[in-house]
Amino acid sequence: MTVTEPELENSPLLELLGGFIIELREAGLPVSLTENLDAMEAVTHIPLEDRESFKYALGATLVKNHTHWKAFEVVFEVYFSMRGEEYIIGSEAEGEFSGEDQEGDESALPGQGQPQGGGGGMQSLTPEQLAEMLFKALLNGDMAMLSALARQAVLRFAGMEPGRPVGGTYYLYRTLRNLDLDGVLEKLMEETKSQTSQPMSQFEERLERDEFLDRIEKLKAEVEAEIRRRLVADRGVEAMARTLRKPLPEDVDFMHASREEMSELRKAIYPLTRKLAVRLARKRRHGRKGPLDFRNTIRHSLSYGGVPAEPKFRFPRPAKPEIMVVADISGSVASFARFTLHLVYAISNQFSKVRSFVFIDGLDEVTRFFEGVEDIGEAVHRVNTEADVVWVDGHSDYGHAFDVFWEKFGRDLNPKTTVLILGDARNNYHASQAWIIQEMKKKARKVYWLNPEPRAYWDTGDSIVGEYTTHTDGCYEVRNLRQLESFVEKLV
Amino acid sequence: MENHFEDVTGVRASLSDVNYLADDGIAGIVYLAERLGKPILVEGPAGTGKTQLAKSVAEMTDARLIRLQCYEGLDESKALYEWNYKKQLLRIQAEGAGDWNEIEDDIFSEDFLLTRPLLEAIRAEDRVVLLIDEVDRVEVETEALLLEILSDYQVSIPELGTVEANQVPLVFLTSNATRELSEALKRRCLYLYIDYPDLEREREIVLSKVPEIDENLADQVARIVRSIRQLDLKKSPSVSETLDWARTLVLLGISKVDADTATETVNILLKYRTDIEKAIKEFADSPDGLSDEEE
Ligand SMILES: Nc1ncnc2c1ncn2[C@@H]1O[C@H](COP(=O)(O)OP(=O)(O)OP(=O)(O)O)[C@@H](O)[C@H]1O
Ligand SMILES: [Mg+2]
Repeated sequence: MTVTEPELENSPLLELLGGFIIELREAGLPVSLTENLDAMEAVTHIPLEDRESFKYALGATLVKNHTHWKAFEVVFEVYFSMRGEEYIIGSEAEGEFSGEDQEGDESALPGQGQPQGGGGGMQSLTPEQLAEMLFKALLNGDMAMLSALARQAVLRFAGMEPGRPVGGTYYLYRTLRNLDLDGVLEKLMEETKSQTSQPMSQFEERLERDEFLDRIEKLKAEVEAEIRRRLVADRGVEAMARTLRKPLPEDVDFMHASREEMSELRKAIYPLTRKLAVRLARKRRHGRKGPLDFRNTIRHSLSYGGVPAEPKFRFPRPAKPEIMVVADISGSVASFARFTLHLVYAISNQFSKVRSFVFIDGLDEVTRFFEGVEDIGEAVHRVNTEADVVWVDGHSDYGHAFDVFWEKFGRDLNPKTTVLILGDARNNYHASQAWIIQEMKKKARKVYWLNPEPRAYWDTGDSIVGEYTTHTDGCYEVRNLRQLESFVEKLV
Repeated sequence: MENHFEDVTGVRASLSDVNYLADDGIAGIVYLAERLGKPILVEGPAGTGKTQLAKSVAEMTDARLIRLQCYEGLDESKALYEWNYKKQLLRIQAEGAGDWNEIEDDIFSEDFLLTRPLLEAIRAEDRVVLLIDEVDRVEVETEALLLEILSDYQVSIPELGTVEANQVPLVFLTSNATRELSEALKRRCLYLYIDYPDLEREREIVLSKVPEIDENLADQVARIVRSIRQLDLKKSPSVSETLDWARTLVLLGISKVDADTATETVNILLKYRTDIEKAIKEFADSPDGLSDEEE
């Protein structure tokens, strides 16, 4: 069945959906017109009260890339789960939410029913009683109680005030600090140990702890969601959606990634390298045409009544380049170097040889860390901790690093070598020694420079990237995984 | 075609009757696919039940499963249809000097057509579920072959005309995401990502697939696997590996997994040496939780 046009028009739900899709696009998710229409049709098959199904219906029609799911969820939450008066900051003064002030439409939250009862009278609990309830709920895995307690905790501890321009993280921090979850975890473990007849083995303890950690994570998520709801009620959906908007993992800036984003990036790198490797292997096979494959041509000619209408070619084996990576691993550019090394080694079978060098003001060859290892991530980690890269003071000195490189390894450059230099070229006003790059260029096949800074910052302050890159075959801005992937693909 | 599915809960229950444990997302999207008459593109880590979902939906709807296994180099003649050249040649030879137009009409008729999975699904008279497995393995250009079927449920054969489906079959495409699929393909599909199951669902899967196991052991298995998946591994254990492990434990007559058993059998769950070492280290000493975020 399909939706008829008039229905599409005046329905407030579809209007809401329209706004939702605009917001998704603002967040960077590509939503096409067909998908938009699909979503509108999809929701007509879903009972509106069923918020989970509603969410999945929209997700399945609008989000076709799993790494975008998180961004989708945040927008969804802001849009559909947080419209309702009970979240207005200050409503705590009136005590518990009665539940009937909701119109029964968008504000009906899944799981909202039960905790109300459990929360009845929570206002009057002493802090000790509240802590005790939290402890019990965590011990027994009582999720309904936990979400009621999360709400109560936010009311009491977050100290939210209408119109105050602080972010959600601040409130989250305040709430969690008051809950002292680390301490609670230890108490939970003690309680469990005292309840078992035999002493627990380390292994059992570990599993038990992981279970509690899981419950605590769920509690934190509830607290976070509660804070977000209240912020939305205070500032409005559109403003909140804007604040909460997060870059997609592939667009996160290496140089400014938060801890959490870093961990997302680390997770993203494995599937990314796998994808890239498969794609490159395929490209190699199908890339350029080699000599005519006679038998294959004849075989196919059968489809044309014996006429060799579609000549088939053997695939050539183009010579694989040798790669030398020379990377600045000081402070702000370290993570960029890490990801690049990771990616290059992950596809090292595309190259006849990969050698790597890292520097700050001194330079060290680190090829050895990667030889015969299965886990590139670990090798990269060792590079960061074990390489010998400090010469004087541990501030980047490109000039000196290039001196060392040239003296020790310059003779290894040959017409098959491609050199990748990684860094922001912020040289702390040391001598540039740019002539070395010029010499490298004469001996090597190609020399490229990858810079993790936005192009607009190049050659400002102590950045002297231009001085170097006039001698190279190209300088690329590589600020995120997306740009890194596309450069590496070009390289092969 | 009448709707089989009453509601999402119903789908979930019916899937569980055929031993497929779905969550609300999976059941919801299967339900929607049937309502909207749209294919489902299923992505997710290896061994999380993508292929099995298509098989189980076929089983639960009493439909015949038609499977197109994709591989690099798959082409029209293997996916859609092919003319039977040998037979055509014989026919031409047998005719000798006949009327060419007549022969041509004849040799490009149904009798000379070799039906491949996609066409077979379109022409089926009985109820079918079409599974296009591991679609990311074909080249991007080959995806084009699928588009007509996925949006219009029809196949155009130049010599014969357009073959339209008698019924809209449920179509599943699976992908391990070794490459991005084309926008054109994605637009035609509902998207379903099947991740590793949560603790409860994994336990249920174990109980349903390894009926000999007792509940406590199944619970332990699911817990340990969950803890292992939190480690920073090259490859996390898949559901199939969980099941293999559970079966092994049952065979070994183990009723409770301790650190030693886990250490000795962890090679069933993990495939990389470094992953195995990491896990073993974690089993042995574990002062503060399986947290791996620090570098
Ligand atoms: N939800 C589930 N309910 C029951 N069995 C499941 C479920 N998920 C996975 N399994 C079982 O796990 C095994 C692996 O599933 P399947 O082959 O479908 O994985 P897949 O996602 O297609 O993997 P791959 O990406 O490697 O093709 C099968 O034995 C399947 O029966
Ligand atoms: Mg499969």
